[in-house]
Amino acid sequence: MKLRHGFLAAAAAATLALSAPVAKAETFKFAFQGNLSSLDPHSLNETFLLGTLGNIYEGLVLYDDNLAAVPGLAESWETIEPTKWKFNLRKGVKFHNGNAFTADDVVFSWKRALSEGSDQIARASKIKNIEVVDDHTIIIETPAPNPILTSDLAYIYIMDKEWSVENKTENATSASADNSGNYANLNENGTGPFVVVEHKADVKTTFKKFDGYWGTMKSNVTEVEFTPIKEAATRVAALISGELDLVYPVPVQDWNRLEEAAGVKPLAGPEARTIFLGMDQGRDELLYSNIKGKNPFKDVRVRQAFAHALNLDAIKKKVMRGASTPSGLMVAPQINGHIPELNTPYAYDPAKSKELLAEAGYPDGFEVTMDCPNNRYVNDEKICQAVVSMLAKVGVKVDLLAQPKSKYFGKVLATGGYDTSFYLLGWTPGTMDAENVFSSLITCQNKEAKKGMFNLGNYCNPEVDALAEKIGSETDQAKRNAMIKEAFSIVQKEYGYLPLHQQPLSWGVKDGVTVNQRADNVLDFRYVVVN
Amino acid sequence: MVTFLFKRLLQSFIVMFTVALIAFSMFRFVGDPINNMVGQDTTQAEREVLREKLGLNDPFIVQFGRFAANAAVGDFGNSYKFKIPVRDMILERMPATLELAFVSAILALLIGIPFGVYTALRRNGFWSKVVMTMSLVGVSLPTFLIGILLILFFGVILRWLPTFGRGDVVDLGFWTTGFLTWSGIQSLILPSITLALFQMTLIMRLVRAEMLEVLRTDFVKFARARGLPDRSVHFKHALKNTLVPVITITGLQLGSLIAFAIITESVFQWPGMGLMFVQAISDVDIPIMAAYLVLIAFFFVVINMIVDILYFAVDPRLRTKDGS
Repeated sequence: MKLRHGFLAAAAAATLALSAPVAKAETFKFAFQGNLSSLDPHSLNETFLLGTLGNIYEGLVLYDDNLAAVPGLAESWETIEPTKWKFNLRKGVKFHNGNAFTADDVVFSWKRALSEGSDQIARASKIKNIEVVDDHTIIIETPAPNPILTSDLAYIYIMDKEWSVENKTENATSASADNSGNYANLNENGTGPFVVVEHKADVKTTFKKFDGYWGTMKSNVTEVEFTPIKEAATRVAALISGELDLVYPVPVQDWNRLEEAAGVKPLAGPEARTIFLGMDQGRDELLYSNIKGKNPFKDVRVRQAFAHALNLDAIKKKVMRGASTPSGLMVAPQINGHIPELNTPYAYDPAKSKELLAEAGYPDGFEVTMDCPNNRYVNDEKICQAVVSMLAKVGVKVDLLAQPKSKYFGKVLATGGYDTSFYLLGWTPGTMDAENVFSSLITCQNKEAKKGMFNLGNYCNPEVDALAEKIGSETDQAKRNAMIKEAFSIVQKEYGYLPLHQQPLSWGVKDGVTVNQRADNVLDFRYVVVN
Repeated sequence: MVTFLFKRLLQSFIVMFTVALIAFSMFRFVGDPINNMVGQDTTQAEREVLREKLGLNDPFIVQFGRFAANAAVGDFGNSYKFKIPVRDMILERMPATLELAFVSAILALLIGIPFGVYTALRRNGFWSKVVMTMSLVGVSLPTFLIGILLILFFGVILRWLPTFGRGDVVDLGFWTTGFLTWSGIQSLILPSITLALFQMTLIMRLVRAEMLEVLRTDFVKFARARGLPDRSVHFKHALKNTLVPVITITGLQLGSLIAFAIITESVFQWPGMGLMFVQAISDVDIPIMAAYLVLIAFFFVVINMIVDILYFAVDPRLRTKDGS
């Protein structure tokens, strides 16, 4: 419970900071394990990139500190027809170079997000057309009713049309050779509260407060310095030595060290990412098992046996240092569509597991290979090892294949032909809505419809598919939530997936610095207060 | 001389080509680059388009041929991750690595030689034994651990020196240097010691062994017999003669200093080429990996060639043999 104190201390520091006069220049330095690969907001659909660029670019909608969609560059919006939304754009907004923000910029940015090389095509294709009514009013048309359009808009960042045309960066930065020197890759011109002063890819990025920002923010920071630090030990040392104000992620094993060190503390909270196990239920014979001629995972009793063999509390205690939140559902509490009554994990009951396995015709268990990444999620390999030993107790012999993420994803994803029988994966829906989990993970694999791309084990139930389809277009929230609940309870009853937990967010902060630890692991400079 | 040079050039070219070929064939085992280049919501079709555009579907030999042809004219393509020309990235990172390697080499020489001489002269002295034992630690402790320990002691506990990065650098247009600012110099200390430690002990042990050897030779005995003072015998006669192999080894080690900087650079987040390479491995950024390996091979080849040419100039036996 020491962590709780960390929270209280942070809250106390926040109140102190707010009452203090804000005048002098405050520099805030932080480090993250990964790098800011580009300044182009359409180049990569990755949480860290989009989250960090969210300080210099903005969408029509913004995420607030609790991941709720709030007005951003649009002041207000309404649905005029199920597929038509009217947005009133904010007036008096200036880009960093002084240009005024207008409806043309929105249309331009949407088209740029659809351009060749953009990694935001999936998001931008949820818009069919944008009609400009006047400089500050637009009507967005969607191909089908879309109840979560606003969450998609939060990550379609608005660029200045004039600036982009002037600098010949009308297309998104792509990796192919014909696109080198794309101006927006190394330069920016957004509307956000911070301006990039210097950007050296993979070395350092410096931000300065933008004086012409339209909004007000809590932050008293005037300069931000970001350094990627790959080695966890170096990151933690840099924080403890006082050179940095914030580092993340901090290995959970290092929390004690941060608590004992003077002047710093760990900051932890549940992440919106759910870690789960998946099983190949599609093939008639498993690729990696000693059972030939049939697929044990097609038998619901085997899946159920696996579910009851897992001791999530032990994983929480032994592997995650008490910091994970065991889960029964494929979406975290922060996600729209989370159903609290369905979140109870499957009970730990190894005796029942053995019974079920015997019933299914495997009294002595069987052998299967498990694929696991070893550098993607918090303690991923250790979780897999724990799972292996738990399954061994009910007679299932699991051969663990833990690999770096590049190898792992290359094998288990569609590109590798879903080459797995049993795997561990983590997922945060990019839209912060359950619909994304259905369409990516739960819907039957369907290449033409671009559905179920990450349903690696091809769990497939037409009934759930039909519900998922409706969830994608139902705009009545109450009806929609009822459908989400129904769909999730079917998946749960069929043991389609075995959710493990929400992994912890693990940051380390200097005393006197308050930050908002958003559940998607994004650092929003708007909430950083340095005392 | 011309035939010799020509032969060496041809050999160097074959070495470079082989390194490139081996390196390139290994990249297929690093993983799939595409998954590191797109977000989770990117559709399969878009991934395929990207794969096709990058030529990743072509047969290995075609991919390698394209790479070799471009590399021959100094074009290493664009980084998959950063989407900027790899050549620019390398040029931007090279000063950091070279400055670090340079300082480390100087440190290794300035500390290694005197200690080597001392331990050779006072072979059974107490301090010699201490130094020799310490040097054993220097050779056997992994660089990673040494770096972390130095960071812990001087950075975290004493807080004398920065724990990561290069400090403030001055941009000279074609070169960024950390030598001109106080924080730049401070930042150099820990990484250069970490990187130098192995070379330092190597040079020390080499000098010691050579000194012991030379001290036994007749001309040293004769010098002693002539009644020359010890100082003159040790430094004028003995040390001078030990330095020939030391200089050779140091020259060759300069290449390994640059190559081994990988670990030191990642421990200290030193923004050099080695760190860039490590990052590229986890991103499966093939253009960066390929360029880096070819460049390192190039460094080794050039250094070796210079050493060979020097030998050729110094040693008359080589010339006659080659001429016949």
